[in-house]
Amino acid sequence: MKILKDGVKAPVTFSLNGEDIEGYAEPRTLLSDFLRHELGASGTHVACEHGVCGACTVSVDGKAVRSCLMLAAQAEGKDVQTIEGLSKGDEDFGDLQEAFHQRFALQCGFCTPGMLMTLASLKGTGRSYSEAEIRDALSGNICRCTGYREIVDAALDVLGDQVKA
Amino acid sequence: MVGTTEVDDGRYVGKRVLRVEDQTLLRGRGKFVDDLPVAPGTLHAAFLRSPHAHARIVSIDVSEALKVKGVKAVVTGEDIRPYTRPLIVGFKNPMDYRGIAMGKVRYVGEPVAVVCATDRYRAEDALARIKVEYEPLAAVVDPVKACEDDAPVLHEEAGSNRVSRRVFTHGEPMAAFALADRSTEITIRYPRNSITPMETYGIVAEYQPDTGGYDVLSNFQGPFSVHTVMAIALKVPGAKLRHRSPPNSGGSFGAKLTIFPYIVVLAVCARLAGRPVKWIEDRLEHLSSSSVAPNRVTRIRAAFDDDGTVHGLRMEHFDDHGAYLRAPMPAPIYRMHGLSTNCYRIPNVEVINNICMTNKCPTGAVRGFGGPQLYFAIERVMAKVADELGRDPLDVMSQNLIRANQFPYRAPAGALIDSGDYQQVVADTVEQGGLEDLKRRRDEARAEGRLYGIGYAMAVEPSQSNMGYISTLKTAEEREKAGPKDGAVASCTISVDPLGSVSVIGDSTPQGQGHQTTLSQIVADELGISIDKVQVNLETDTQKDNWSLAAGNYSCRFSPASVSAAKTAAERVRQKMAIIASRYMNVTAEELDFKDDWIIARNNPENRLEFRRVGGLAHWSPSSLPDGMDAGIREVAYWNAPELTPTSAKDEINTSLAYGFAFDFCGVEVDPDTGEVRIDRYVTAHDCGTILNPGLAEGQIRGSFASALGASMYEEFVYKDDGTFLSGTFADYLIATAPEAVDPIMVETVATPSPFTRLGAKGIAEGNQYTTPVCLANAVADAIGREDIVLPLTPAKVFEWVNGEEEAPPPDVAEDEGPDDRIDYSGDALRGSGSTFVPTTPEQVWDTLMNPDEMAAIIPGCKSLDQLADDHFTGTVSMGVGPVKGTFDADIRLANLDKPNSADITGSLIGSLGSSRGRGQVTLEPSDDGVTVSYTYEIHLSGTVASVGGRLLSGAARSLVNQFFRALVRRAAPDAKPQKDGLLGRMRGWLGGTS
Amino acid sequence: MKPAPFDLCLAESVADVTAALAEHGEAARILAGGQSLMAMLNMRLTEPQLVIDISGIPDLDRIEVGKDGITVGALVRQAELAAHEEAMAALPIIAEALTHVGHMQTRNRGTVCGSLAHADPSAELPLLLLLLGGHVTLASARGTRQVAASDFLVGMLSTARAPDEMVTHAHFPLPPKGARSGFREISRRHGDFAIVALGCIAQGNSVRLGIGGVADAPVAVDLGDVTPETLPEALNALAWRLGGYDDIHATARYRRELIRRIGRDLILETIA
Repeated sequence: MKILKDGVKAPVTFSLNGEDIEGYAEPRTLLSDFLRHELGASGTHVACEHGVCGACTVSVDGKAVRSCLMLAAQAEGKDVQTIEGLSKGDEDFGDLQEAFHQRFALQCGFCTPGMLMTLASLKGTGRSYSEAEIRDALSGNICRCTGYREIVDAALDVLGDQVKA
Repeated sequence: MVGTTEVDDGRYVGKRVLRVEDQTLLRGRGKFVDDLPVAPGTLHAAFLRSPHAHARIVSIDVSEALKVKGVKAVVTGEDIRPYTRPLIVGFKNPMDYRGIAMGKVRYVGEPVAVVCATDRYRAEDALARIKVEYEPLAAVVDPVKACEDDAPVLHEEAGSNRVSRRVFTHGEPMAAFALADRSTEITIRYPRNSITPMETYGIVAEYQPDTGGYDVLSNFQGPFSVHTVMAIALKVPGAKLRHRSPPNSGGSFGAKLTIFPYIVVLAVCARLAGRPVKWIEDRLEHLSSSSVAPNRVTRIRAAFDDDGTVHGLRMEHFDDHGAYLRAPMPAPIYRMHGLSTNCYRIPNVEVINNICMTNKCPTGAVRGFGGPQLYFAIERVMAKVADELGRDPLDVMSQNLIRANQFPYRAPAGALIDSGDYQQVVADTVEQGGLEDLKRRRDEARAEGRLYGIGYAMAVEPSQSNMGYISTLKTAEEREKAGPKDGAVASCTISVDPLGSVSVIGDSTPQGQGHQTTLSQIVADELGISIDKVQVNLETDTQKDNWSLAAGNYSCRFSPASVSAAKTAAERVRQKMAIIASRYMNVTAEELDFKDDWIIARNNPENRLEFRRVGGLAHWSPSSLPDGMDAGIREVAYWNAPELTPTSAKDEINTSLAYGFAFDFCGVEVDPDTGEVRIDRYVTAHDCGTILNPGLAEGQIRGSFASALGASMYEEFVYKDDGTFLSGTFADYLIATAPEAVDPIMVETVATPSPFTRLGAKGIAEGNQYTTPVCLANAVADAIGREDIVLPLTPAKVFEWVNGEEEAPPPDVAEDEGPDDRIDYSGDALRGSGSTFVPTTPEQVWDTLMNPDEMAAIIPGCKSLDQLADDHFTGTVSMGVGPVKGTFDADIRLANLDKPNSADITGSLIGSLGSSRGRGQVTLEPSDDGVTVSYTYEIHLSGTVASVGGRLLSGAARSLVNQFFRALVRRAAPDAKPQKDGLLGRMRGWLGGTS
Repeated sequence: MKPAPFDLCLAESVADVTAALAEHGEAARILAGGQSLMAMLNMRLTEPQLVIDISGIPDLDRIEVGKDGITVGALVRQAELAAHEEAMAALPIIAEALTHVGHMQTRNRGTVCGSLAHADPSAELPLLLLLLGGHVTLASARGTRQVAASDFLVGMLSTARAPDEMVTHAHFPLPPKGARSGFREISRRHGDFAIVALGCIAQGNSVRLGIGGVADAPVAVDLGDVTPETLPEALNALAWRLGGYDDIHATARYRRELIRRIGRDLILETIA
């Protein structure tokens, strides 16, 4: 049993987008803050810090979760994926991103990384989804700009169970 | 429909051009304010905020907070005072507001002190160590009550909560009412809401000791007229308050205007701390204390003839601006003034504006900016006119519409409505939206006894505000003295670099609307180059960029104003380049076309020069330029519209420049069992002039519709009558998510260009804020036959509208009830009563209650209790329910001691989780084998515990009261058998012990 | 909005946890999925001195489907239970209820036992444990004990768990053979806290009804044999007994009305 003492920064190591990283965190440091300010992965956004809005959604061991409701120390040894990992390099623009681009599915872009990480976790299952299922999955992500139609259309382009016009 | 980056005819404007902003955002490489690196040593700020709606600050002690590890400074209002002047508003008033409480707090969430520490975690640690002594005052939250003589006054120096009252008469409203066949009236209450952007406020402020100025980075949205307010408040020349905007901003919808008081506070904090200070607002702060739209009460009357012609309107508004006026407030009500008759040919109107202060969050800009409130009143009264005439609302509305041949139409209150064809929009909407089919659906539903209704709403959509309209609040004499205010200056700078690529600097500080894309389209078209050759930068820097008062992103300013400035600047670049090119091509400048990255002689396409070569010449070879021409290519355009004239002596004001039109109708069904309102169909149509990019325009309409749907169905900032704030989290302030979203049918209709803007474009982002709330309200009114429809349409509220009295309890339950230990939280306080039996004597209970040691053992979580006098105790308690616990300082007083019969208790608790004040009465009634202790109480809860824990408050209070009395029994009658207590225990008893 | 400081214990066994709890008692909080606790920590509604992260304890992530019911360990995530085909086939009412528990992203981390231990009066899982007559297993340095749901769920955010105990397992019994079940929830939005949640188990016309969101803790009651004629009176009495409470999402009356109306619909559909 390990006890991490309050106020003391301890090393945290995990795989971030396939790369082994190490950083230092106090026991109370949130994973969202650790990603953004310790590791510089600022594509993960913070908008409520009480688990409702979904802007901070990342993937931990393949599951979409709120990074504001996890301690950095709890990510130890895990496989963490963030928006920065969805496309590698300038040439590769993932299919979800391309669909968002084509559909005007983002405006300010603040909620977008969380939306994409939720949808990426659906994509990871390999199956296809109905519009109702996609809306259900996205119910944990708030967007203030779009009204969701374009986001749902973009998601259906990639994950949909039928071809859309 | 997907977008495009290729255009076949070389023109980008009007095409669904894909956004140039997306690549960085979709890769997580956007640069929002919290993403930018800060200088080493930058401190992080956290705010201590008022738990009280209204209280005098007796003292603030920061000494313990300063001892917390990492804390470098703690700043209070009194520390800020010497470095500031009050933040001014558009008219003379005596309120002293500097962004932080001084002397008094006037709303829950008001900043009281700022901790600056090495990180945010530590800054928050110190907040609990600041000791503030408050003297609570009575609060007022209703704007009409706030204007009554006996209302508690927020700003004593202002003398009244009604800080401005103006009566406007346009045409002859009194005569119209006297002459018309009929009149009717309705009173509407429009609630408090905001569109709460996903990204909150963020500021990095630094003091420049060498110049005495400040350098600020923030996601402020404009208008930059407010920059002058900040500079004056900070006592520096405008040039020494440098404000920079980050590359990206995560939505605003108006909210990021009223970040400016925080900029002033943070700037002084940085000066006092001697280091840059950064603050990222958190969501709880944003919900309680950033910005909301004014709620409003309006009594509106309409005079009309039997044939449906409406001759006049009279309306009195009580506009609720919360605790402080912050520039440009009370602008929303004045921004709509010119449109006080909406889209109708109503020649006579009287408007009375009362600007009211209440103990709630101060107001700010919210998408729609005064329109939702005004049109809710007008469109509800138009529906009522139709109802009283027994006619279809759409008939009556259409009959009174401004006709297509009447544009530009001067409305009686001054709006110069530029263009439109309202009849065509209505006709297209009725057809494409299937109104006849919807009416059939209504008939069928009603035949089955279902509650189905249809609603309509129309709105003139104003865009690009006249910067002078706020002066309408002043009298003509006051305006005369102050000098004219008018216009709305937009600016744009375009340069061509030595390699011939084009840079555009605009003044619109966008928050996601795609302005870089649109400006690229316009400039690429004007210069005949491909869009990827244009780089647009909208990170406004007030020390380096061109800007004027109107700069920023608000009131649909972009499409009329920023676009016109860009068009003008691009024309100047083209003109200059044409002159340069003409010398080499032996044709006149007028004979040149700019196309496909070439400058081409119109009559001889072989005769051409590459665009980039001509651009380069201006840099590489100034000697080749015509005499007198400046080297380089950098053209600045300031664009203003002459139609934006000052307020006339008769208070007429052309409040905006371009006016679009929206028409919506919808069908809704109300479920009588749940009170839920289901939207069966929603149809919306907009004529916003020239469409610059349909992909972006549709996004604005859908987005606006979604937030208006939220305002209609879910969103409200709820305050108790005592000023307690209850909507402090995203689990309380509810925003529609993907499953709740409704897709409107979007009508294809006319696009009537504005004659007053360079591309004929008008704003489009606000239309549904105006139409949707009242369209849904009209539909619900139609469905259930009720006049008083107050948004949001929460199921519990709608349920009571459609159902009569509740079924009475069966007799055995009524008897079982006994002394009620339930809690009522419907009014201004938690109220409860109950009783408990103690098997001992009244004297024994009395002695227990009066003994401080005993009390310490009885009060849940009491850590210490000191008796200061016979009837006065103070102490510390750690209380809560389950894991939710806070430490509070308690002050308890007893009165009317009638030993051993009854006593009154008053008390207060204050701690980091909030504060509570309460009073109660305990009565002891002896019986055969003991004493019945009866109690009633009233508790006001405020601060974090109420704003984030509202859902659990009454249960928590009940649980604590139960704990208290169980302990009382234990202490006063230690031998008594423990009882299975509390409501739950009793209930499970009733239910037969099964669970 | 950042948590107050705390020590973090990374427990590797139940014994680690019970030892830490024995030492720190109420000053310690157990962190499993964290979907309630982390939000409370961030808002500083709770400031424990020690947080005990149990996610590294082996064997607590098991779902066991037995003849008499389903037993889940303290680390079973809500999403894992929902995805467990055998368990959900055995108890379809849990499958239905889980779709109302928060959102996909919170179910991916939130645990079944964590929801029970948190005892939110609106939560679905405590309601189901009570309705089905289940129990939790509590471990402490003193030993282990099983506590029936009706004794465990004592009030708002309050359980019979002693400060030195942790919930290691929860057991959801199967309803009697041939029984039917139904679940209905009314909330403001998808995934919100229930205004009223109702679960129903019916054997023939004999009905057991569970109600969440109305009192300080869920309540379940055996209504006996019901008919469309007798039901309204029984539900009216029940509604008045439970009382309900006012908050910003609904009034006490509205909660009572949902018991009458949605309760009626649910029961009649379930017995039909």
